[in-house]
Amino acid sequence: METKTKITGAEAFIRSLLSEGVDTIFGYPGGAIMPVFDALYDFDKHVNHILTRHEQGATHAAQGYARVSGKVGVCLITSGPAATNAVTGISDAMLDSTPMVVVTGQVGTALLGTDAFQEIDVVGITQPVTKWAYQIRKAEDIAWAVARAFYIARSGRPGPVVLDITKSAQFEKVEFDYKPCTFIRSYLPIPEINPAQIEEAARLINQAKKPFALVGQGVVLSGAEKELKTLLEKANIPAAWTLLGASAMASDFPLNKGFLGMHGNVGPNIKTNECDVLIAIGMRFDDRVTGDLSRYAKQAKIIHFDIDISEISKNVKADAPVLGNAKETLAAIIDKIQPAKHTEWIESFNEYDDREFEKIILKEVYPTTGEITMGEVIHKVTEATNNKAILVTDVGQNQMMAARYFKFTETRSMVTSGGLGTMGFGIPAAMGAKMGAPERTVCMFSGDGGFQMTIQELGTIMQEQIGVKMIILNNHFLGMVRQWQEMFFEERYSFTKMQNPDFIAIAKAYKIDGTEVHERENLDAAIADMLKDDKPYLLVVDVEMNGMVYPMIPTGASVSDILLETKIN
Amino acid sequence: MEKTLYTITIFSENTVGLLGQITIIFTRRGLNIETLSVSPSAIKGIHKFTVTLYSTEEVVRKVVQQIDKRIDILKSYYNTDEELVFQEIALYKVATEKFLEKGSVEELIRKYHVRILEMNNDFVVLQKAGHYDETQKMFDELSETIGVLQFIRSGRVAITRSKVERLSDMLSGIQEKFGK
Repeated sequence: METKTKITGAEAFIRSLLSEGVDTIFGYPGGAIMPVFDALYDFDKHVNHILTRHEQGATHAAQGYARVSGKVGVCLITSGPAATNAVTGISDAMLDSTPMVVVTGQVGTALLGTDAFQEIDVVGITQPVTKWAYQIRKAEDIAWAVARAFYIARSGRPGPVVLDITKSAQFEKVEFDYKPCTFIRSYLPIPEINPAQIEEAARLINQAKKPFALVGQGVVLSGAEKELKTLLEKANIPAAWTLLGASAMASDFPLNKGFLGMHGNVGPNIKTNECDVLIAIGMRFDDRVTGDLSRYAKQAKIIHFDIDISEISKNVKADAPVLGNAKETLAAIIDKIQPAKHTEWIESFNEYDDREFEKIILKEVYPTTGEITMGEVIHKVTEATNNKAILVTDVGQNQMMAARYFKFTETRSMVTSGGLGTMGFGIPAAMGAKMGAPERTVCMFSGDGGFQMTIQELGTIMQEQIGVKMIILNNHFLGMVRQWQEMFFEERYSFTKMQNPDFIAIAKAYKIDGTEVHERENLDAAIADMLKDDKPYLLVVDVEMNGMVYPMIPTGASVSDILLETKIN
Repeated sequence: MEKTLYTITIFSENTVGLLGQITIIFTRRGLNIETLSVSPSAIKGIHKFTVTLYSTEEVVRKVVQQIDKRIDILKSYYNTDEELVFQEIALYKVATEKFLEKGSVEELIRKYHVRILEMNNDFVVLQKAGHYDETQKMFDELSETIGVLQFIRSGRVAITRSKVERLSDMLSGIQEKFGK
């Protein structure tokens, strides 16, 4: 009788990851995951392990990697505090539908439930913020659990999965037999296309006089960019994008009317309440997009394309839901759409574009006097990359300004923390993005606040020589909170002013080149210097302290009430 | 808005931690679970949760969709009372002396269809099955007359007015399609 050779659970774990095609891991070793790290030592030719400086950094790096590459991001960390450090990134991936598998070590099975050293209920903590969280207690479960984890993370609406593996399971011997997971009877990731839904949506679009499409990340996740473009062009439908839908359409695509929501463009927000058919594609009507729901697109018939049935009529009631993978549903509807013009409707956006340009964009992006503005820096950077770079942002004013003024020519070029709004996302996510798309330029914009939340990752950038271009828009304030204090809290600047370190000196300590710009006349040369090679670089730009992101839809206001500059009284 | 009592029926794989996954969905929305009952279903290896709560249809629909989304949940449904046959069971412990003193044991038993499960010198345990208001009515009456030493009521169990478990059709559909 033939007996298979047994290997340790730890080795079975690494072999399982290899079977899933994993070639990059972001991690940090520690007691309860040491056997897996020990096994990893023998596989360094197959897997590139990036040692981050904090587990939160590992999770955001995995997110950045996943978002640009479409692959599942992988983190390998230990138990207890490592796992709790990872919760922010896991939650971020949950809200932004990012495929990720986070592997946490756990104390030996015999110690479970005893408050052992670095024991914490990881599955319990992460269950609400994952698609699936599972504790592996026996080595024989490893192959099954890893296969299932990757299948769940990447299929349907993607999301994070946590595998908590006990140290005893890592040591146990097991016969390794890997079978990829392709089916779970209690989980049907992609709803079957319902032809009646396609018919109804097509009927509404064909009847529409003023159709308007909202493009979300679902288009990017399903790879439906081409189908989207074909549909929009065929019926001449103007479209706008959510924060995570940025780069699904090229910035210069004529039907691309801009950015939706709180700090989006004026036209798309106003037109949401003027269109007669609203076509939402792979987006979830987040409150930052809709403003006051009771005054949101009430005049329009709503068509909602989504892969996740629980999003249908969650925030905005759908008259015509279309369930399925957007690439497939859009492909199915294109033939049923009649060519149309909608010329007058499309031209009606111009008035608002002109007004926004004159009132806001001109002075934000093309100032000639006064202090440097945030928009100006972003504009110059995107121009210098011929709009071909990947944009990574932190959270706050830098993020909204970058979303507004960075331009895209390729899809999967926007990496930002949309749902969770995680300050500190920028640096590690940029590292991951560069690892996921090494041939592309990665430009990361951050504020002075967010940069300091994960500043330790400069160490990872140094060690791995990850060629990210980091730009701090330094206004010496927590700018977005300051903006709200100015607008809504009677200019009471409660704890938003920051004394900052010498960022360039810090970068230098990490052997990262950089320069600081205070004067407009030095900006172009500094950007050129930053982009001259593929090495990591830090550009710190002193921008106006009182910079404001406009336009703005204040919380609770309608999209129609978008402010161009006036203060609220 | 008017709130209705809804019964949510959840079919799940028999894996660890599912109850927690279900309850956090209620907790997030600040919803109180009225009753809860869990047991193996008629289909081998599949567990059935029956949860009742007062809510609006809009909220209960969203809750059910979010429960359904959990990986190990096979399917969940919600129904109003008219669509179900349902029952609860209640146990009442009363002092034997007072129970006998009351002098109308027969009347009580006939009126409420009570069963006596245990009787000794100290106490009597009575059992009544029925809808919430029925078990409550008997509790109120006993409390007013002879007093109740202990009282416990189960969560609701419910079955639909359709012929088979709704899940069976779904499962055979999946099996046909995927050949698993």
